[in-house]
Amino acid sequence: MRTLTLSALALALTLPSLPVLGSDMPQDQSGRKDALSLWGVQFEELEYRYSDDDEELGVWNGDAFYGTDELKFRWLTKGEYAIEEEAYEKLENQLLLQTPVSSFFDAKAGVRFDTPEGPDRTYGVLGLTGLAPHWFEVDASLYVSDEGDTSAEFDAEYELLFTNHLILSAALDATVAFSEDREIGVGKGLVSTETGLRLSYDLVDRSFSPYLGVVHERKYGDTADFAEAEGGGTEDWFAVIGARVSF
Amino acid sequence: MKNALMAGALGLLMPALSAAGEYNITVDRVMIDTGDFVKEGIGYNGASPGPVLRFKEGETVTINVTNNLDEPTSIHWHGLILPFEQDGVPGISFDGIKPGETFTYEFPIVQSGTYWFHSHSGFQEPNGAYGAIVIEPEGREPFRYDREYVVQLTDKHPHDGNRVMRNLKMMPDYYNRQQQTVGDFFADISKHGFVTTLQDRLAWGDMRMMKADVEDVQGFTGLINGKGPEQNWTGLFEPGERIRLRFINSSAMAYFDIRIPGLEMTVVQADGNNVQPVTVDEFRIGVAETYDVIVRPKTAEAYTIFAESMGRSGYARATLAPEEGMQGPVPELREAPLLTMADMGGMHGMADGDMATRDGAEDMDHGNMSQGSMEQASMNGSSGMAADAGTSMAGMDHSGMDHGAMIMAEGGASDPFYAEGSGLVPVAANGGKFLSYSDLRAQKPLYEEREPTREIELRLTGNMERYTWSIDGVKYEDAEPLKLQYGERVRFKFVNETMMTHPMHLHGMWSILDVGAGEWNPVKHTVSVQPGTTVYMETEVDAPGQWAFHCHLSYHAASGMFRKVVVEGGPDQGNTAGVEVANDGGDA
Repeated sequence: MRTLTLSALALALTLPSLPVLGSDMPQDQSGRKDALSLWGVQFEELEYRYSDDDEELGVWNGDAFYGTDELKFRWLTKGEYAIEEEAYEKLENQLLLQTPVSSFFDAKAGVRFDTPEGPDRTYGVLGLTGLAPHWFEVDASLYVSDEGDTSAEFDAEYELLFTNHLILSAALDATVAFSEDREIGVGKGLVSTETGLRLSYDLVDRSFSPYLGVVHERKYGDTADFAEAEGGGTEDWFAVIGARVSF
Repeated sequence: MKNALMAGALGLLMPALSAAGEYNITVDRVMIDTGDFVKEGIGYNGASPGPVLRFKEGETVTINVTNNLDEPTSIHWHGLILPFEQDGVPGISFDGIKPGETFTYEFPIVQSGTYWFHSHSGFQEPNGAYGAIVIEPEGREPFRYDREYVVQLTDKHPHDGNRVMRNLKMMPDYYNRQQQTVGDFFADISKHGFVTTLQDRLAWGDMRMMKADVEDVQGFTGLINGKGPEQNWTGLFEPGERIRLRFINSSAMAYFDIRIPGLEMTVVQADGNNVQPVTVDEFRIGVAETYDVIVRPKTAEAYTIFAESMGRSGYARATLAPEEGMQGPVPELREAPLLTMADMGGMHGMADGDMATRDGAEDMDHGNMSQGSMEQASMNGSSGMAADAGTSMAGMDHSGMDHGAMIMAEGGASDPFYAEGSGLVPVAANGGKFLSYSDLRAQKPLYEEREPTREIELRLTGNMERYTWSIDGVKYEDAEPLKLQYGERVRFKFVNETMMTHPMHLHGMWSILDVGAGEWNPVKHTVSVQPGTTVYMETEVDAPGQWAFHCHLSYHAASGMFRKVVVEGGPDQGNTAGVEVANDGGDA
């Protein structure tokens, strides 16, 4: 295909002065006829967290994509770095392909690699992401780990515009496990929720928006019991400061 | 001896040749200073906008275009009737102009009036690659003026076109800073009550549509002849003179509402073609359109040419004054319009039971253009509009909403080229006359009036959340060419199913806009189709070859609202039908 295009171009170059006849009306070989391929990078969260029991974390949640309307390659990255312990409490990367399935929703599929301090996991991912009625940005994923455990994650975000630059965003993230994975401290049932409220100001277009906020993390059921057994907490409040970044 | 004679003869001929229209244009990297920001862009002969090209009807022009960029370029002569190889659309008319190359355009000038030219490559046009064309007629014009100025508008953005496109794809509301806020919610509650406000927000939220989505790309500085509002381009006049202003909207995305407080404007030309004079206080110019108006300032004061963008997110300003340095008062921007459910009328699934049919629609003879309502009228020929409108109004399945359930636009202004109850209907700032498409009448019919040979319906489609734009739901990259037969007269039916306004531009052939005036319908090159409306135009297919046809909003065209039109048959062409079908295996 590429060589065909090239030779057609070469032909067009060598015969520039021939009159254009109806019989050789050219096809559009210009870039306009190609699907628009674009890229983008966004960090929804890029922040410092300080907990009610003096824990300090560096946290990010971002993604980068490249592709067309029909097919995008997306890299999702999430992490929580405990500053004092110098250890990743959470480190998660997903490599996904994403394609539209309805006007407002994309299906996605790919692999997720969890490589925090402690045991690693690899998951297969199937999910849906898009915009629900009334402007809720939602994202639902189903995971199957290399240990055979399945879990699901649901994410929703809503933005409240105080002004066109001062924006309060509310985010909820919930994880449910369909089987126990004791090694990584996951019990069956509702595993954990993370709720965040962030007040941001768009300082430079939408590419740099510093924010202040609060985040509440909670573990439930067996997961909470596992955490307690290991001497950890089951609930945390954080004050956060950070910036939303896109370019 | 003989050689010397030859040289002498040539020397005598040369000036004559160059008078017959030889032009040199270089395409250059330039700096564009808007007064608000300085941005590298693309220009012609070292400046943006490029030169005003002055042609004469009847001459043949030769234009040498040298590409000094490090990327391919092209120049499209917007609105000019010419052989398709000269039309300047890479991939359709020619291969484009490679870096370092000089391409020579040569074509006869067969028309007169105000036009413009611009690059048709990538986002070079929003980046500054545009200029004006003024063609002097062979005969006398049906109006008089003492002096004339080109008034070329653009919406210069601090971001490069590629970045704007990328940002829109990443976040379609990236540039929209007119979204409704918590404050607006409470303001609406105190005005309309809690229940109505909540229902209104729920209705819009349910569609995932924003009524503040009038201008996708905000944050621009409006320029007139390359000058920002502070730099204040000034045209001089002597009191009592008639001044012809040749307005050209070369914006990437912005429509402008133009007025000159203190002066009436007599519109004498639209898209280069003379119209029967109509005097207005204000007019809206769509992207890529041109309007020529005549003004006659009688006193020695400064008048402000004020051009607010349709969404009121920016403006351009210039001055007419008896002396350099004088300034008139600069008005405030008016409040930004909001779309109404009527503007959503073309969207699927909108015609549900919640929406009462508007009863007692006044102005029956104009409220036609709405989607659905004109179905029956469509095949009755071009003169049927006004007559059919009355009966078809009953069939309207959208708009309404005036039963208190939703918040409607105030003022109740109407224009047949906007959906009934649309929030976009323009109103003159001084309460006077605002030009409507329905005021336009050709000065002299260009073609003999005849029945169209067929109708082609084109739905203007898109998805705001994905920032995809298309025709009949198909983007250019996936589309077969649209095939027309040489010699036919095609009636195009544009059904706007999106919430945005689309200025549709057919290259190479005239667009005869159906305003219900039969043979006096105005002849244009760009036809604006408002949200939730259906607009008809007819085209005499008299130009063989292949042509571009697209929405002239740069980022809509680039994301797919674009078609190639192939004119099959014709005097020079032979019949190309078989070849095209063989090539792309598509529909015949």
